[in-house]
Amino acid sequence: MISIDAKKQIDAWILKYPKDRQSSAVMQALKIVQAENKNRLSADTIQAVADYLDMPGIAVQEVATFYENYNHKKVGKHVIRFCHNISCMLNGADDLILHLENKLGVKTGEVTPDGLISAKKVECLGACVGAPMFQINDEYFENLTADKIDQIVDNLK
Amino acid sequence: MNEVCFKNLTKDQCWSLKTYEASGGYSVWRKILKGELTPEHIIDELKASGLRGRGGAGFPTGLKWSFMPRHSDGQKYVVCNSDEGEPGTCKDRDILRFNPHAVIEGMAIGGFVMNASVGYNYIRGEFMEPFKRFEGALKEAYEAGLLGQNINNSAINFDLYTHLGAGAYICGEETALLESIEGKKGQPRFKPPFPANVGLFGKPTTINNTESFASVPEIISRGGQWFADIGVENSGGCKLFSVSGHVKSPANFEVPMGIAFKDLLEMAGGIRDGAKLKAVIPGGSSTPVLTADVAMAMTMDYDGIERAGSMLGAGSVIIMDESTCMVEVLTRLAHFYYDESCGQCTPCREGTGWLYRVLKRITDGNGREGDIELLLGVQDKIMGNTICALGDAAAMPVESFLRCFREEFEYYIEHGKSMVKG
Ligand SMILES: Cc1cc2nc3c(=O)[nH]c(=O)nc-3n(C[C@H](O)[C@H](O)[C@H](O)COP(=O)(O)O)c2cc1C
Ligand code: SF4
Ligand code: FES
Repeated sequence: MISIDAKKQIDAWILKYPKDRQSSAVMQALKIVQAENKNRLSADTIQAVADYLDMPGIAVQEVATFYENYNHKKVGKHVIRFCHNISCMLNGADDLILHLENKLGVKTGEVTPDGLISAKKVECLGACVGAPMFQINDEYFENLTADKIDQIVDNLK
Repeated sequence: MNEVCFKNLTKDQCWSLKTYEASGGYSVWRKILKGELTPEHIIDELKASGLRGRGGAGFPTGLKWSFMPRHSDGQKYVVCNSDEGEPGTCKDRDILRFNPHAVIEGMAIGGFVMNASVGYNYIRGEFMEPFKRFEGALKEAYEAGLLGQNINNSAINFDLYTHLGAGAYICGEETALLESIEGKKGQPRFKPPFPANVGLFGKPTTINNTESFASVPEIISRGGQWFADIGVENSGGCKLFSVSGHVKSPANFEVPMGIAFKDLLEMAGGIRDGAKLKAVIPGGSSTPVLTADVAMAMTMDYDGIERAGSMLGAGSVIIMDESTCMVEVLTRLAHFYYDESCGQCTPCREGTGWLYRVLKRITDGNGREGDIELLLGVQDKIMGNTICALGDAAAMPVESFLRCFREEFEYYIEHGKSMVKG
């Protein structure tokens, strides 16, 4: 359920915390496991993390549902997280989100039929002076325009 | 401008150990390792500097550090709050990206002063570029023998680790942040006990903002008075302001406290497209909004912004021009707080939902007579009745938007459409 490579990554996080506090690594463990399971968590993967960290399943489930970065529904291979909070809104984020939806042919919250891309509206990503902006996987894209969005999306494979 | 956290901003590889050391970086830490500085001296300098917490609450950093029971037995911790998520705020991201060693040195100094041998930097989960930069800097610092056990045979220990968030604004609240490091839901704790007594893993802990820590090395190196003199009475030093919204050149500016708002606006290129200023949120989405004329007469320091009727917060200056519909802006903010409430306290959980739903129906064109009073009533029930300050943060903008721009709300309710946008 959890690959050897993922276990290695999780073990490196566990080392950062005091002895017997391996549950501190749960947030990263979920992220690591999510990354190797098509970007989403299932009841089984959550239980696997619980077993690995010697935590009650319910405790891990609570964490997995509390934080926004965990996906419980199907998402694209690439997830576009579009900030729609105040600074981005003032800089035209709402229109650009519509533009992106048109471009993808699906609404935010849905996945393109080929499974490649899904988009989501999110709150402030802490890059307000680069508004409007979105995040794809680990990368930020700032000062977006409709043209720039087209280019970025066309380059996703 | 750019004298402390942004000191090396324009230099090549400004985030590298080499650049940091070339400009005097780690000189304070090296003095500490040689036994040349005492905790008392550092606390005195910090108090003299007038440095106040840059995370939003503005609590004096020197005083906070003096609260830690440094002589008590057992593990103690210093924690850096890099969870930056308050709408309009984006300065800590740039400190982590462009001056990570100042954060490391500031935390190490804090560790020494408070006798805490372990530190954690809590970085929000989305900040992967800053996270990697910070991890790179940590590696450099360890390799240079600046961190670890018995550093340079000084008998001083300091280990520093990162912890990554996973998307929850509430984890910026310091006790929620501690819960999060412990691998739990980020729900704020009741206080007291305060973290200085019962903090991370139940041990005494001090939490400071990224900018607060990053300011410390330069303050100790050049002296508290030097820093205090940059600023004004009650607001020592310089501060990073994130200026965003309808300005020509949005950016982070590190400027002396007490600078006139209109000068800061000028630095950001002024209002875009020759439009007129309408409103300013001076300290991040949780701080009350101000009208243009009030803002134009304001100075950017704790007292100056308070006199104008708002708060300095995290220094996140959101500029709105005359094309802005204030009803729509408030609705978006209400949605944010509704989304981010951790749900522990009824007034916050239910109240943020109420505020959002009423505002949403107004912007949907279905506002009802009495909705303004309803909004005011709900925000009043939240204020002061919750475990953490998110409740107040959700309530305060409502009161100020309605006070400053009431006619826009009345118009929207009566006509079912925006007074500004039609
Ligand atoms: C809802 C909420 C969110 C907060 N978010 C942050 C944050 O992102 N960064 C931060 O440094 N402080 C944040 N704070 C303030 C912290 O609780 C705490 O006061 C601060 O980190 C202390 O550091 P300082 O004294 O250096 O400012 C937040 C507070 C609340 C109530
Ligand atoms: S005020 Fe809101 S966010 Fe803070 S503890 Fe209560 S419910 Fe949670
Ligand atoms: S409001 Fe969009 S990044 Fe802050």
